[in-house]
Amino acid sequence: MEAWFALLVGTFFTVAIYLLLSKSIIRVLLGVAILGNGVNLLIFTGGRLTRGVPPVIQEGADTLTGSAANALPQALILTAIVISFSFFAFLLVLAWRAYEDLSTDNTDEMRVAEPEEEPAPPLGY
Amino acid sequence: MAVSTSPPADLSAALVLEPVAAADWLVILPVAWCLAIGALLVMLRRPIGLHPFIAIAGLAGLVVIDGLLLHHVIASGPVTMVMGRWLPPFGIAFTVDLTGALFALTASVVALAGGVYSLSDINDSGRRYGFYPFLMLLMAGVSGAFLTGDIFNLYVWFEVLLISSFGLIVLGSEREQIDGAVKYGFLNLVATTLFLVTTGYLYASFGTLNMADIARKAEGLRGTAPLMTLTALFLLAFGMKAAAFPVNFWLPASYHTPRVVVSALFAGLLTKVGIYALIRVTVMLLPVEREELSFVIAVIGALTMLVGVFGALAQADFRRMLGYLVISGIGSILAGVAVGGPGGIGGAIFYALHSMLVMTALYFASGVAAKLGGSFSLSSLSGLYRRHAGFAAISLMLAFAVSGLPPFSGFWPKVMLVKAALDIGAWWLAATLLVTGFLTTIATGRFFLLAYWRDTAGGQGATDKAQIPATILLPLGVLTLLTLAIGLYPEPLLATIQSAAAGLSEPSGYLNSVFPGAAR
Amino acid sequence: MRSVIFRAVAPFLTSLMVLFSIFVLLRGHNEPGGGFIGGLIAVSALAIYGIACGVETVRRAIYFHPMAIAGAGLFAATIAGLISIAARVPFMTGLWIYPSLLGVEVPLSTVTLFDCGVYLVVVGAISSIALSLEERGGE
Repeated sequence: MEAWFALLVGTFFTVAIYLLLSKSIIRVLLGVAILGNGVNLLIFTGGRLTRGVPPVIQEGADTLTGSAANALPQALILTAIVISFSFFAFLLVLAWRAYEDLSTDNTDEMRVAEPEEEPAPPLGY
Repeated sequence: MAVSTSPPADLSAALVLEPVAAADWLVILPVAWCLAIGALLVMLRRPIGLHPFIAIAGLAGLVVIDGLLLHHVIASGPVTMVMGRWLPPFGIAFTVDLTGALFALTASVVALAGGVYSLSDINDSGRRYGFYPFLMLLMAGVSGAFLTGDIFNLYVWFEVLLISSFGLIVLGSEREQIDGAVKYGFLNLVATTLFLVTTGYLYASFGTLNMADIARKAEGLRGTAPLMTLTALFLLAFGMKAAAFPVNFWLPASYHTPRVVVSALFAGLLTKVGIYALIRVTVMLLPVEREELSFVIAVIGALTMLVGVFGALAQADFRRMLGYLVISGIGSILAGVAVGGPGGIGGAIFYALHSMLVMTALYFASGVAAKLGGSFSLSSLSGLYRRHAGFAAISLMLAFAVSGLPPFSGFWPKVMLVKAALDIGAWWLAATLLVTGFLTTIATGRFFLLAYWRDTAGGQGATDKAQIPATILLPLGVLTLLTLAIGLYPEPLLATIQSAAAGLSEPSGYLNSVFPGAAR
Repeated sequence: MRSVIFRAVAPFLTSLMVLFSIFVLLRGHNEPGGGFIGGLIAVSALAIYGIACGVETVRRAIYFHPMAIAGAGLFAATIAGLISIAARVPFMTGLWIYPSLLGVEVPLSTVTLFDCGVYLVVVGAISSIALSLEERGGE
């Protein structure tokens, strides 16, 4: 089971990195979103997979009987999802603003902060 | 919901049952304090004029809290507090040792200076936009990152400070800022995602996220778990946050675009959080792997230093030159991490603390220079010495400090680093450190010559004496005095840093504080 | 939106949903529910009201600025953690009191206060985004 999940995570990463390498900002953004999902899946798999054994203590007992699913990765993923969701929202708005203000979504043409033809520093007095 | 107050099972093995000493609260207080003040500022939308004063009072309180925390840690060793009474490794632990306390205190001093400086840099619209709440939340994130004892919690604090820094970097919303923010935002998000990937692998191999627990278990897992991969990934993720070569390009693309005070705070705080995390993870948690990777880290450090300083030499803009100097400083710190041992690690910590103070002050100085000379560009800045001799003197002192010349704070860490590098026979690393220092002197000296001593070009611009408001002069002057004081009287700080470095390499005090009586 | 039926129903729907969101918030301690999901329900209620009657009406109805609500939530959550100073237990420890109100035992806890804080943060932050998006969409 873990092996299949590992392959799935690998696929997510491949797609994400391919998208991250493109010039268009919106594709980069999609890449970031997919990367985030891939990581969540990775953490989930890292916590080991078990089927149908919820970590719930039976009535009257003090401890779990036998092994159960690991609840911690889900807590970690929940945190990571909320964080990556808010970052995605922020970056989407930022990309939109950049598109409006710089009138391009090509990262090669975003040279306002680092102009291509910069004056050389003065060489003497 | 009718729960009885006494737990039915015997939970003494899982819960903290003895009362917590009041002093232990210092561990969590910096974060809670910043969050509370930040929340208060978000609530107070009408009386916008009060924002700066509440924030400055809050930051002054933070300096006091961090000072008390450092004092407490010096007096009684590392301190731990776990959230919600659950014993580690199940409860999330905040553990502070000397390194964390030193970084937190320096960060709070830098932030206080930034708060005072912002009085004259952030206008009403910036206040209404929420500069001060963002500043307090940024400090919550930075303090949390320095004080936490849990890797995933560290990731959360990274995100808290990252989202606040996003808010700060677009303040003003000019075209240049949007452009810088796009690069900053995307690349930093990729870096923190890499950190999260590594955390996932770490959890999969260790089954724990508590730093002390990891340090304890690393020995037993060596050989079966892919610890080398983990270390390399951590190096990449934190190196990207710290702007190490070859993943440094986001820094010079963005650090010169926001307001001066924002650049100053970023230069002082953000890259150093990455460095702190790198030191914490590689030195304390995975020391054997750091030893094996030391040559790689050394090469990265040397290249980072050279790229930084050559970039600084090539720039014609004050703030962009400073951005490259930040990078070259990161290179020096990495050299220390690579060398290891008390000298190397101590030198790295010392250099990081020095760099926090000096880079912030230099960005402040760039703001003043732009205010007096009307530009950040080296082609048009001139005659600053004639306009304000005192400011020129402060700038010269800072230039000396960043170049590592005595009697300023940059000298001692550089001595430690060069000596540590020579001690292990890495003469080329020592040579790179010295050459970098020399080239930094040339870069800043050239700048001083042109911007301060050059007569106003073609009789243009004002030549009369200028006044600098006290709200700018005060933080700039205090930071400069601090670097001078550290340079002239380094012994107490040096002793503290040496025991901090020793506590990192031999973390029995840290482990004992988290798991009483369980150290190796 | 120019639909009479929608505009007539929206206030009732909104108040019902806000009531339900508070129910979800309070039952969340031991059963499914809690501050985050309750907050999301409340935001969707506000969004429906905004679509029906305009963003200005919503802003007037909630009286406080959404970000101020979020700030209050963050403040409440922080205070909920800090209350444990008084009880000399670590940060964020759940503390319970059982006062009797009109003969009914009401369990109050710092956990509930924290959850209410989360509720307010979610309501404030997400409704701030939703309202500004609705405003822009209406132009």
